[in-house]
Amino acid sequence: MAFVQKPQVYKAAINTVELGVGEKKVAVGGATVSPLYSFDAPIANPPRVGIEITDTGLKGATKGMAEFYSGCNSLADIAKRAAQAPGADFVCLKLEGADPGEENKSVEDCVAAAKEVCGAIDKPLVIEGCKNTQKDAQLFEKIAEALQGKNVLFLSAKEENHKTVGASVGLAYSQKVGAESACDINLAKQLNVLMTQLGVPSGSMVMNLGSAAAGYGFEYVASTMDRVKQAALGQNDSMLQMPVVTPVASEAWSVKEAIISEEDMPEWGDQEQRGIKMEIVTAAACLASGSDAVILKHPASVATISAFIAALM
Amino acid sequence: MALTGLDIFKITPKTNCKDCGSPTCMAFAMKVAQGAVPLDKCPHLSAEVRAKLDEATAPPMKTIKIGTGEGEFTLGGETVLYRHEKTFVSKNLYAVAISDAYSDAQNDSAFADIKKVDYERIGERMCVDAIFVDYASDGAKYIELVKRAKETGKTLIINCGDAAVASSALEIAGASKPVLGGADSTNFAALNDLAKKYGIVLGVKGKDLSELHDTVEKLEALGNKELILDVTMASIKDAFSAAVQVRRASVKDGDRVFGYPSIVNTAKLASGDMNMQAALASLFTLKYGSVIVMEHMSYSDALPLYGLRQNIFTNPQKPMKVEPGIYPINGANENSVCALTVDFALTYFVVSGELERSGVPVNFLITDAGGYSVLTAWAAGKLSASSIAKFFQEADIEGKVKNRTLIIPGKVAVLKGEIEDKLPGWKIIPSPPEAIHLVKFLRELNA
Ligand code: B12
Ligand code: SF4
Repeated sequence: MAFVQKPQVYKAAINTVELGVGEKKVAVGGATVSPLYSFDAPIANPPRVGIEITDTGLKGATKGMAEFYSGCNSLADIAKRAAQAPGADFVCLKLEGADPGEENKSVEDCVAAAKEVCGAIDKPLVIEGCKNTQKDAQLFEKIAEALQGKNVLFLSAKEENHKTVGASVGLAYSQKVGAESACDINLAKQLNVLMTQLGVPSGSMVMNLGSAAAGYGFEYVASTMDRVKQAALGQNDSMLQMPVVTPVASEAWSVKEAIISEEDMPEWGDQEQRGIKMEIVTAAACLASGSDAVILKHPASVATISAFIAALM
Repeated sequence: MALTGLDIFKITPKTNCKDCGSPTCMAFAMKVAQGAVPLDKCPHLSAEVRAKLDEATAPPMKTIKIGTGEGEFTLGGETVLYRHEKTFVSKNLYAVAISDAYSDAQNDSAFADIKKVDYERIGERMCVDAIFVDYASDGAKYIELVKRAKETGKTLIINCGDAAVASSALEIAGASKPVLGGADSTNFAALNDLAKKYGIVLGVKGKDLSELHDTVEKLEALGNKELILDVTMASIKDAFSAAVQVRRASVKDGDRVFGYPSIVNTAKLASGDMNMQAALASLFTLKYGSVIVMEHMSYSDALPLYGLRQNIFTNPQKPMKVEPGIYPINGANENSVCALTVDFALTYFVVSGELERSGVPVNFLITDAGGYSVLTAWAAGKLSASSIAKFFQEADIEGKVKNRTLIIPGKVAVLKGEIEDKLPGWKIIPSPPEAIHLVKFLRELNA
């Protein structure tokens, strides 16, 4: 008996969310099949790849990163170079320096940094906070105001600050907002419901379902995403149909495998190479599980993951 | 398709004699359908009927064994498409490719990887699981490679569609139960004879899924059900499509012809591009590659991939835990400092590794935190000043350790004050947030 292909195409779809404006705006989401299953039916928008830069500049950059950004003297230079990295669909500015436990940069400084980056690039901008929910709420409100009309995505609104972030970013300034939860389908759904009740349109929302580096609790990430996609597509659950945007860089580049020096661990070999592979393996696993966009840091990872996606479409 | 209770009932003698231990034939049939009772409990089924039922009630995907001794592995036997439904049972294997088409330098470096990458992670040995010996055209060189590969003691995949060359290769390596790969629509009969002669698993390929399906059916007709399906195909997209569809057809749609484990060769799909091979190996670790072949396996590939595999093949119902208690490290005694963390196996493994690396004697204290990571446990209320105080009392830490310095995980540095209140006389020192900074921290603390 010949093999008869049984394509599994769902009647439901992941929402399509547009980021940025103008020629280089990108659409995220829209799939009607399981993640990367382009053989079942064409996928409206391939998963997207973002490149992450931080307001603290090139502090702690690896050799290859420093080379890639060589000659960049300002945040604007860095942003421009990042936007040109082969395979990058958007640029993500992470406001690391705003963390009250670290440099504690002022809101004004962060607004200035965001404006500088936004002005330097022709691709969509994503703003990632400093993980302090209170500070993030303040930052996001002011940056959303300053960058009105640019269709910027803010990562993320969490349970603690979703009201402020949703009301300012999503409603007052009509930007895009990500809802972040920690590897739990019920929490993810609950946050989406709350944001929707606030009045944030579903077309303005994405979600971060939680991320972890390969080997560091990734089973929870994979299973959460598997279940969310099945509910979104298989059960047409509109409160889980937001596209998934996963920041991979910060997770991948903070585990031992990526940061311990070759001097300390001679048998493991080149440190930068380890970081790149950790980022690539984690990103590919996220995409296989259901991320509609991933955010990476190293230009080599960006290039590989973008080629990986292209080969699968 | 799985049989329903009713399907099975139709074939029972319907005498309700109770010899099977069930009150009625119907009750028996229901239990068999659920997999609760084996078919042979009913002594009154004819051999013919039983064979038919066995076939129909067999699991959707065959479990096959390859290799011998330490290199013996089980592949297949999966019953679900997603790990949250049920634990995945057979870890995928990572194999390194060597070939008579490769330069000597490349083959040498693959052999070097095999020697070099060998370590432990959370109680599991991580190393190259198998060698994929790929035949191109040079028989003499190929046989030399087979000899060299056999000496490593690793499980081999003799990927050789030329029956004559394969025959010589198996004379060397056949006893170690390698997989014989490379059977297709043209050579399957000859390769099948060889596989049968050595009692080994046969790898089957096809230019597309239809051809693969046909060839498997022909092999099954020849009586061979010890197969692996090579889903590599001609492109990355086709390979992924094939890996998913083969698994889906068997597990979800009940197509037994595709009910075998798979093998996918990323060395062929992305030759020379190790970054892409790492991405593909990651993809196929999650989505249905039973054996994943790569050109190299350096530490940079192994660390994330083996970690990912270890995560994915855990039981979704229970986190991996370690027993709470005192774990003396680097020869610690009652006068050594204490460092505390949660009972999540991953956390224990990461932190104990760093403690060992520091060379500083430390009493490592594991508290009962429900098997959660530091922040998860803290957020869930399972790691708090009270839980720590309770643990100190139950484990009688003060009676067992004289030193009064306690290092707590940096991620819960906020607990310092509360712990000091609950444990009078103890000096509480928060560590840096990440374990990797522990070596420097401990050495400075000790200085
Ligand atoms: C997987 C995961 C889960 C899994 C649980 C996995 C597990 N077994 O713990 C699940 C899905 C169950 C889960 C649930 C929750 N989670 Co959770 N989860 C994660 C995730 C993604 C990874 C955790 C992990 O495995 N880390 C790896 C281990 C090794 O890290 P670790 O234990 O901290 O150890 C490191 C360091 O602390 C240090 N260290 C540890 N001990 C010691 C000791 C010494 C002496 C030293 C020097 C160093 C040291 O070394 C290690 C390596 O550096 C994180 C986010 C992230 N990426 O970290 C969120 C995260 C921890 N979860 C979070 C939350 C809020 C929750 C929930 C409370 C959500 C909810 N409201 O229900 C629940 C709680 C559980 C419950 N309901 O009872 C938050 C915590 C927020 C906060 N700052 O408090 C996080 C940070 C996500 C986030 N950004 O919001 N989670
Ligand atoms: S032993 Fe067989 S015939 Fe007797 S009750 Fe059980 S199923 Fe029916």
